[in-house]
Amino acid sequence: MKREIFKFLALVVIVAVLPAVFKGGYLMNVLVFVGINSMLAVALNLLLGYAGQISLGQAGFFGLGAYLSGVLTTTYGIDPWLGMIIAAAAVGCIAFLIGFPVLKLKGHYLAMATLGLGIIMYIVFNEAVSSTGGPSGLSGIPNLSVQGYVFDNDVKNYYLIWCATLLIILLSLNLVHSRIGRALRSIHDSEVAARVMGVNARLLKVQIFTLSACISSLAGSFYAHTMSFIAPASFGFNFSVELVTMVIIGGLASIYGSLLGAVLLTLLPELLRAFQDYDIIIYGLLLIVMTMFMPGGLVKGIPAFFSFVRRRLPGGTANNA
Amino acid sequence: MLEIQGITQRFGGVTALEDVSFSIRANEITGVIGPNGAGKTTLFNIISGIYRQTSGTIIFNGKDVSGLPPEQLALRGMVRTFQNVELFTQMTVMENTMVGLHTRSRSGIFSCMLKTPGNRAEEQHIRERALHWLEYTGIADLADMQAGNLAFGKGRMLEIARAMALEPRIILMDEPAAGLNNRETGELASLIRKIRDSGVTVVLVEHDMDLVMDVCDSILVLNLGRWLAEGTPREIQENQAVIAAYLGEG
Repeated sequence: MKREIFKFLALVVIVAVLPAVFKGGYLMNVLVFVGINSMLAVALNLLLGYAGQISLGQAGFFGLGAYLSGVLTTTYGIDPWLGMIIAAAAVGCIAFLIGFPVLKLKGHYLAMATLGLGIIMYIVFNEAVSSTGGPSGLSGIPNLSVQGYVFDNDVKNYYLIWCATLLIILLSLNLVHSRIGRALRSIHDSEVAARVMGVNARLLKVQIFTLSACISSLAGSFYAHTMSFIAPASFGFNFSVELVTMVIIGGLASIYGSLLGAVLLTLLPELLRAFQDYDIIIYGLLLIVMTMFMPGGLVKGIPAFFSFVRRRLPGGTANNA
Repeated sequence: MLEIQGITQRFGGVTALEDVSFSIRANEITGVIGPNGAGKTTLFNIISGIYRQTSGTIIFNGKDVSGLPPEQLALRGMVRTFQNVELFTQMTVMENTMVGLHTRSRSGIFSCMLKTPGNRAEEQHIRERALHWLEYTGIADLADMQAGNLAFGKGRMLEIARAMALEPRIILMDEPAAGLNNRETGELASLIRKIRDSGVTVVLVEHDMDLVMDVCDSILVLNLGRWLAEGTPREIQENQAVIAAYLGEG
């Protein structure tokens, strides 16, 4: 327990000092996205890594949150914070209702159903032109503000987004180390045994799907308010796949793993600018290589790799005998 | 305690159980035996809510529980173990047992996320109770081991510890001695008696006749999906129909 608190505090310190290191440059803007993607990856990991239920429609919930916030604030002039809460509540209700029929499915069927869900939402963003602006997007979304203090540049947004991200990470860590977290993992390992132990697997899966959708919606609202402009292209199938990749590369059933996956996959396109049109191919390859050689993700794979190297090196501690 | 009334189970054209009725008395160890294909495991799956029977009624503690799912039965005090040991392999021995306390704790998603004082106290209680049940089954020294790495016999003990953590009224064990060596089977027998003596009703499906005759207070014999006999171990051993069924003369 003490170690958990220490790890989290270390993360808080890193987040706090990064802007001083980068002196506010272009990278701050990238780090804002890292924060948003971290929220999304953590949300998906609760569902995919812990409960063992895949969703290929997460980008849809992310987009729904962004559009609801965007439309509520621009068209209806609602306060951004209130709009964010309304959006999350609405997305939660939708996910809860959809969750009951959809989460009866397992494996590939669940993947297909959530994929369809994501695509339907994507189509709505594109086609509901009168409210979403269609393919050309929705602009003029106001920045968030607190008591007249407006989050209008990258550094301010960085702190805002990362406060939310850290809060979500902390709450998620608490959740996974609780009876609910154990119940989720038990469903993942053996649903029948979990049910025999009194875990209402069906309800719990729907609840965690709903929670995951709510967090994704919040991330979407933050995205809309920091970008001021949103377009359907950000919320398509590719992004859902990217989120799954983040979770798997980081490590299933590891909150910090999702953070790592989000950092890596958000920075990677910046590093691989030249290949940008092929990013989906690179993600695919990464996913294949990772599942083959590091099925536990980076959080398990990196320590395993180092102990492997240490054993192989001449004079390695484990191989001396 | 547990009344099975006219249970019939058909899978397509195959009748796995036909009009089976019997009753299990409280605070006893009841064995369910029969040659392969007698329908013992099917009966267990029906009682524990994993299958829904074609027809028939199950009365548990005076209430009709026919067709209730396993999670509802758990709340009413019924738990089971599995022939092939269904552990949560990615979790530690301790965490497995802590899942057994799911019905004995209340914290919802939000109080878990916020780690409210009530949730902390409950978590502490869950940990203490889980440790108690690990000591009860003699595997407390393995508490931090990943369940998937346990030796088979220890896995069985963990499954029983996890089931007992519910503090059930009745525990159904599906072939608990399968895969155990003689010493482990001996330990299992005394554990089963200890469980009965603590006031929990035990039902066993078992192939190991020595164990059944040793620990059971009464025995139900099934053959080809039908009720064949019931009685004390001594009565069953002398029952001509049972002997014929086992020797294949029936």
